[in-house]
Amino acid sequence: MSEVNTSRRQFLGWGTAAMAGLAIAPGVTLIDLAHGKPDDQPVSSKVRWGMLIDANQCHSGCSDCVTACNKENGLSGGTGPDDSQWIRKMDLKDTHSGRVMSLPMMCQHCGNPPCTDVCPTGASFKRADGIVLVDRHICIGCRYCMMACPYKARSFVAHPVTDQKPGRPRGIGTVEACTMCVERVDAGLKPACVDACAAAGHEAIIFGDLNDPNSDISKRIAEYTTKQVRADLGLDTGVRYQGV
Amino acid sequence: MKNMVFREIEGKSVGYYVLLAGLALFTLLGLLAAHYMETNGHHVTGMTNQVVWGIPHVFAVFLIVAASGALNVASIGSVFGKSMYKPLAPLSGVLSVALLAGGLTVLMLDLGRADRVIVAMTHYNFRSVFAWNVFLYSGFVGLVAIYLWAQMEQRMKPYTKAAGVAAFIWRLLLTTGTGSIFGFLVARALYDSALFAPMFIIMSFSYGLAIYILVLMAAYGWTGRPLGDGVLLRLKGLLAVFVAAVLYFVAVYHMTNLYYAEHRAAEHFILVDGGVNTQVFWIGQILLGSVLPLVILFHPSAGKSRRSIALASVLVILGGLAQMYVTIVGGQAWPLDLFPGMQQSSSFYDGVIHSYHASVPEVFLGLGGVAIAGLIVVFAIKVLRLLPDSLGDDVVDVHHGAKAVAKPA
Repeated sequence: MSEVNTSRRQFLGWGTAAMAGLAIAPGVTLIDLAHGKPDDQPVSSKVRWGMLIDANQCHSGCSDCVTACNKENGLSGGTGPDDSQWIRKMDLKDTHSGRVMSLPMMCQHCGNPPCTDVCPTGASFKRADGIVLVDRHICIGCRYCMMACPYKARSFVAHPVTDQKPGRPRGIGTVEACTMCVERVDAGLKPACVDACAAAGHEAIIFGDLNDPNSDISKRIAEYTTKQVRADLGLDTGVRYQGV
Repeated sequence: MKNMVFREIEGKSVGYYVLLAGLALFTLLGLLAAHYMETNGHHVTGMTNQVVWGIPHVFAVFLIVAASGALNVASIGSVFGKSMYKPLAPLSGVLSVALLAGGLTVLMLDLGRADRVIVAMTHYNFRSVFAWNVFLYSGFVGLVAIYLWAQMEQRMKPYTKAAGVAAFIWRLLLTTGTGSIFGFLVARALYDSALFAPMFIIMSFSYGLAIYILVLMAAYGWTGRPLGDGVLLRLKGLLAVFVAAVLYFVAVYHMTNLYYAEHRAAEHFILVDGGVNTQVFWIGQILLGSVLPLVILFHPSAGKSRRSIALASVLVILGGLAQMYVTIVGGQAWPLDLFPGMQQSSSFYDGVIHSYHASVPEVFLGLGGVAIAGLIVVFAIKVLRLLPDSLGDDVVDVHHGAKAVAKPA
């Protein structure tokens, strides 16, 4: 019987581990950098995802954020009274000064969301990281959340839906809204609207962790005057506005 | 004081079967309408992302509110000890359950996913008024069933008062829950008021009694049983008080809104330039639904005529539906104000008045709910001993009441 060459085995073992480490490390680093969430880990309340929208940078004629959202989530882009619009461009004009501005409006991902309060089945829910979602499996389509939302952020699917995009559940008879591109965020990416705005050269939407004092969004909010839409309602929105 | 005999109606006449068939037809049409909406999607209705609740909700909420009010006649008898009302109690109980069943059916069939209605019974969010209502509605049916049993079964008689008190308290909670559906909507100018809970309670008194009076008159008139002026005049007096009380609450609600600068524009919309909403408010709710019935009911001669009392009851019901339309559709027609002090516009209809045009299926779904309530009552009075043989003036003493005894047909 030949003797087992343990040193050779040891070398192979360590070598394989080192190679695996080298292969995985960039991925781990990337995930860490982007605050992405591995699939096998629960969502953490240490993170509060949010957006800061700078109305000064948002261009009136540009709707790239809307187009990107429609493409990402498989929406038709129709603007009829019963078409879904997860994000829309609002044009505002001060009734006294006449000052005009333009900004995107979508689910504000409230810390105290009225939609989750009124939902009878709990289909409307807030993730630990602050993203407000609708569980399409237990939404019964009562639309009470749409009555309760102060931002008119939700749409009811009134037409049959076909060719849904993988990972973007939609269904007739249920309510839907901006998911802050939760699948992208979990994969360490930014929401589609944020990337589209940056690609257009405006960078009017900043995405990040409101709980991390070193994040870009937190630094901006600490430095500049920002506001929550209908702050009087005390909903602690995850989306903030600058220049309004 | 005479003994009173409760008896089923014969229910073998052509008229009875025609009525039954008519109600069955409308029930069927309502179910077909629901099926059509369910299979095609809600785009076949007039409801949109702007006006998310429409005619089905007008009918459903009206029926649910009226349901709790219909029980009042029984409550006055057993809770407040007015013996004249005791013979009227069994019909009151059955009518309340029937109206609730009709309203809930409409509400459930309008759901985007009516096939998932069971989910509303397996998943609860206890912060939701809707979830409370699931318990309030089912508890109401259970308590009224016990209450009816106590009234109709000799051995259960001693429990009538306890069951009546429980049902009465429950019905107050139930209507509080229904009103709070709107009262708890913090962001909408025309909702967001604690006044909705008591206002809905007094509305229920009015609508429920108007329906009760009509059902009673029809049941006695069409079966040839005596119905004395004593009972009817007592009920119409009560109806007049309730209609006036609703008017008072409506006035306080609108005055309060007018006082708040932030709500003035929304109030102006309903009261002055809201198009169909303003017309339904002033002509439907106020003039035809409140002022005219009050004039009729308080009129020295017209107020004593049966035809006029029936007309006033019909007007109160139509006024109630008008009030529901203004509350539900009018309340949503006024846009949300995300940026006060700014003109707002977008592809999602921000800053514009939201229009709503009810579609035919929606109307049939709503009418289907009314028909279901009717079917239950018409069937129940044939199989159960709900109605005294006579409510004539010689039998019912409006001052001292009558002793009720159930006997087989």
